[in-house]
Amino acid sequence: MKPPVAYRQYHPKWHRTRVSTFWWSRKWSYLKFMLRELSSVFVAFYVVILLLQLHALRGGPDAYQGFQDWLRNPLLVILNGISFLFVLFHAVTWFNLTPKAMAVRLRGKRLPDVLVAAPNYVAWLAVSALVVFLLTRQG
Amino acid sequence: MAETITIEVARYRPEEEGEPALQSYEVPLNKDWVVLDALNHIKDHVDGSLSFRWSCRMGVCGSCGMTVNGEPKLTCATFLSHYAPGPIRVEPLKNFPVVRDLVIEMTDFLEKLQSVKPWIVRKDDPAPAKGEFLQTPEQLDEFKQFSMCINCMICYAACPVYGLDPQFVGPAAIALAQRYNLDSRDQGEQERLDVLSQHEGIWGCTFVGECTEVCPKNVDPAGAIQQYKLAATKDWFKSFLMPWSKQ
Repeated sequence: MKPPVAYRQYHPKWHRTRVSTFWWSRKWSYLKFMLRELSSVFVAFYVVILLLQLHALRGGPDAYQGFQDWLRNPLLVILNGISFLFVLFHAVTWFNLTPKAMAVRLRGKRLPDVLVAAPNYVAWLAVSALVVFLLTRQG
Repeated sequence: MAETITIEVARYRPEEEGEPALQSYEVPLNKDWVVLDALNHIKDHVDGSLSFRWSCRMGVCGSCGMTVNGEPKLTCATFLSHYAPGPIRVEPLKNFPVVRDLVIEMTDFLEKLQSVKPWIVRKDDPAPAKGEFLQTPEQLDEFKQFSMCINCMICYAACPVYGLDPQFVGPAAIALAQRYNLDSRDQGEQERLDVLSQHEGIWGCTFVGECTEVCPKNVDPAGAIQQYKLAATKDWFKSFLMPWSKQ
């Protein structure tokens, strides 16, 4: 940006308010934004868990059993529960972002936001159904 | 005696006080009065030294944006009765330096607005030989929403990114850049992208989304920025995969 304009000299004492470090704590929509940003930490946590799981799987049945026992630790169960809620929040906010980022037009008219976001949810349901099918098939 | 409501106005007179301070006024609580009417009442009948910007009184000029009870609002469209029984706190728009009372310094915004070239850029002669550039209603519809912006800077006051990093180009300027990009008569998309693909451009936006929430004209700047990000990403991939296709 350019240096301050000449206009400044006639107003030598502008008042500037500093943005508080806790600006996000005073309004629900700002707090929601911060929680959404924080959710990425929990997404990363899930990725780490998945990598550890793959590592255990490669180590053979004993290693995998050990990994599963480790997962039963109450602390990890709680952490996983919290992570699940955050990942859910992360996914929903991402899905709802789609109609903002894509102005889909059909025959010259812009599609309503709900219709643009819907395919995400449909795909999510389909994948979830597939996972449930794979998990319950053996039982 | 008619009903009244208390208005607490942030006063800042640089020659008198080092910090803004609130001053209370009692104004009639008329059913059809907006906050701007109350401020004009104070200025005309109570305290002529109060400074604020306004012009059209009908949500077109974008001059009277202020912070009302913590929210950025066009004061000409914010009714007193909505806040009854009060008090109502009126402060200058956030994220801008305050010159005096409710008057903020907007040069930064105007420079940013200009940097994105919010006008029709043509590579050929600007005046078409055969008269005007024609446009279908469908083509108009593509950008019409973004053209409703009145430069009231309410979105800047709501944007924490702009508050924390004044280098950020900001919501309205990007929405207006998008307005011209989507215009079938415009050819300046690449020029604007050169400015806006910087970190202080579209990538500074973390999609808080408040700009869209507070916009009095339903412009949806947050949507414009996300669409811009998508277009910039596509542009980057295209130039990466097919370097020869670059203009």
